Amino acid sequence: MTALLEVRDLRVTIGSTAAVRGASITVNKGETHCLVGESGCGKSISALSVMGLLPRGSKRETTALRFAGEEIGTYGEKQMERLRGDRMAMIFQEPMTSLNPAYTVGSQMTEVLRRHRGTPRAQAVDRAAELLALVGITAPGLRLGQFPHQLSGGLRQRVMIAMALMCDPELLIADEPTTALDVTVQAQILRLLATLQKDLGLGILLITHDLGVVARIADRVSVMYAGEVVESAPTAALFADPEHPYTRGLLTCVPVPGKVKRGEPLGSIPGVVPRVTPGFTGCGFRDRCSQAHAACAGTIPRQAVADGHELLCTLSPGWGRQAAA
Amino acid sequence: MTGAPAIEVRGLRREFRVRQGLFAPPKQVIAVDDVSFAVPAGSVLGVVGESGCGKSTLARLILGLLEPTAGDVLVDGQRLSGMDRRARARLIQPVFQDPFASLNPKRRVRDIVAMPLLAQGSIGRAEMDRRVDEALDRVGLSIHQGTRVPAQLSGGQRQRVAIARALVLRPRIVVCDEPTSALDVSVQAQILNLLAELRTDLGLTYLFISHNLAVVEHIASEVAVMYLGRIVERTESESLFAAPRHPYTRALLASVLTPEPGLGVPDVGLGDIMPDPANIPPGCRFHPRCPVAIGICSTEAPKPAHGAAGLVECHLA
Ligand SMILES: Nc1ncnc2c1ncn2[C@@H]1O[C@H](COP(=O)(O)OP(=O)(O)OP(=O)(O)O)[C@@H](O)[C@H]1O
Ligand SMILES: Nc1ncnc2c1ncn2[C@@H]1O[C@H](COP(=O)(O)OP(=O)(O)O)[C@@H](O)[C@H]1O
Ligand code: SF4
Ligand code: SF4
Ligand SMILES: [Mg+2]
Ligand SMILES: [Mg+2]
Repeated sequence: MTALLEVRDLRVTIGSTAAVRGASITVNKGETHCLVGESGCGKSISALSVMGLLPRGSKRETTALRFAGEEIGTYGEKQMERLRGDRMAMIFQEPMTSLNPAYTVGSQMTEVLRRHRGTPRAQAVDRAAELLALVGITAPGLRLGQFPHQLSGGLRQRVMIAMALMCDPELLIADEPTTALDVTVQAQILRLLATLQKDLGLGILLITHDLGVVARIADRVSVMYAGEVVESAPTAALFADPEHPYTRGLLTCVPVPGKVKRGEPLGSIPGVVPRVTPGFTGCGFRDRCSQAHAACAGTIPRQAVADGHELLCTLSPGWGRQAAA
Repeated sequence: MTGAPAIEVRGLRREFRVRQGLFAPPKQVIAVDDVSFAVPAGSVLGVVGESGCGKSTLARLILGLLEPTAGDVLVDGQRLSGMDRRARARLIQPVFQDPFASLNPKRRVRDIVAMPLLAQGSIGRAEMDRRVDEALDRVGLSIHQGTRVPAQLSGGQRQRVAIARALVLRPRIVVCDEPTSALDVSVQAQILNLLAELRTDLGLTYLFISHNLAVVEHIASEVAVMYLGRIVERTESESLFAAPRHPYTRALLASVLTPEPGLGVPDVGLGDIMPDPANIPPGCRFHPRCPVAIGICSTEAPKPAHGAAGLVECHLA
């Protein structure tokens, strides 16, 4: 498999916050890679790093940032602008981040094609209508003439996805695209993303804090905590054999319908996600970890659990099973 | 004091007039439409439904923060309309979703928690301090945290402050409107466990609103499913999740993505028409999205069928 996106040892500091601390993420062609973790773990900043959209005052370092085999870490703003919305596109939790309230859906969608490809208007309108239909919007003609505020949240999210697809991107980065939506609409949007990915061969980097979403649509999962990828594995392996104490903790916190025992407390992780400053050493999870020991304040080894399954922890892979036995 | 339900609503209705544009005539939104139910003391009624179906409006009606257009709310057997505000505050208290928006950012946590006591106007300084300490302790906040302002606390700690403020008058009933929706899962679990523990220890009754069905299942003894202002199904929690009867309840349950890999994302069959409380469809209000609708559904509204299993409103149930 060819890596569509390869991020090696990404480090981002924003003022006195070490937002990302050595994260490596690979997205293959035709693959959905989910980045999961609680708020503040560095998921969005990782995504924005790839797109070259970091907040002002951020410092980014990587040993490699390759897109379709080409190093883009050295690209300037002009070159990034040409990539964005064209070969790589991003959708956000709040559709209004990418939709302009002052323009109709149609004019915003066609503008993308005009800018990147110089496509004539009539042709661009056809393409926009075609994509709105593809994302399951029943009256595309009507929607093209409407303003974003005239649409429901679910429709806006679909419009944003359609807009992201205007130039046939190879990579789609989606930052919590369904977090603000009802479960019913969420299911529809995620089904849509899964179908598009199969039909168009897209590589998707999907950010979420919802392990249910991960289980249902990811091929590969990376769990982030305090700016690091603490565990990464093929989806089935991660759920069958979670190794990192944070991954295991997260899994016990999620109430699962049909499996809930009323009157029994849910599993929970004490404390909260810390904000880490540059120069921090040791495991970022150690204040909350029930397994923490002296070595956890030192350098934490990155270990191979199995093929494609990596763990950042001082415990030996399989520690949970040994403890249970 | 047995007999009287902790909360009882009868034929409750609330309309809003909403302007759709500068020159368009105002439209009538029916946010809560002829809702009746009773919540026995010591139990938890969970309320679920999509955004805009009227959950928060129902909560505000029950808290007396909003006047009903028609119908009655009885709390602990007494009519809410005309009840003295201070008496009401001793009976029923809210916990809202966004602890940041609902807490005064300039005040210390202690003073925020003391507000309801102060509003009673009859409680002395020493007694007030004692009650505040007790409430902070109950929700797991230290005396030291009591001296901070909300911005110095995490989201979960702020929600603990909101819960302490709700408990300081020792009410019998707490209305929770999406109390954990703004929190991370690990913190959500901490708060849910706290709410469950408080309910048992203090014998509280909850009206518990959430869009997260799994959260509701975990805490509620009975669940009401709302759709465009009406309760379309209300059943004891276990049977609702084991054998949902209304097609909308089934779709809601099917939409929940459990962390089970390999199952994919289900097609819940609802189409792309979204419910609009300003344009409630004739007949069964769910019919434009209902995957099993029949001819009669678009013309005739189903009557609520009360049975041993609870209530359901559907021609096919
Ligand atoms: N003060 C108000 N003025 C006008 N319309 C209102 C007002 N409050 C609520 N509504 C309308 O009443 C309907 C129900 O709103 P409500 O806030 O109760 O929904 P909800 O179920 O709590 O939704 P959510 O899950 O998004 O919180 C909506 O259409 C809403 O726009
Ligand atoms: N614009 C910003 N200015 C300063 N710090 C920021 C900014 N955006 C994010 N951060 C910090 O970077 C860290 C990672 O944030 P983020 O990537 O947004 O987390 P996530 O998406 O996982 O919730 C957090 O500590 C956050 O407070
Ligand atoms: S390195 Fe130590 S503190 Fe960190 S997760 Fe592993 S056992 Fe816990
Ligand atoms: S009454 Fe008809 S439309 Fe309404 S839920 Fe039942 S089957 Fe569906
Ligand atoms: Mg984020
Ligand atoms: Mg609400």
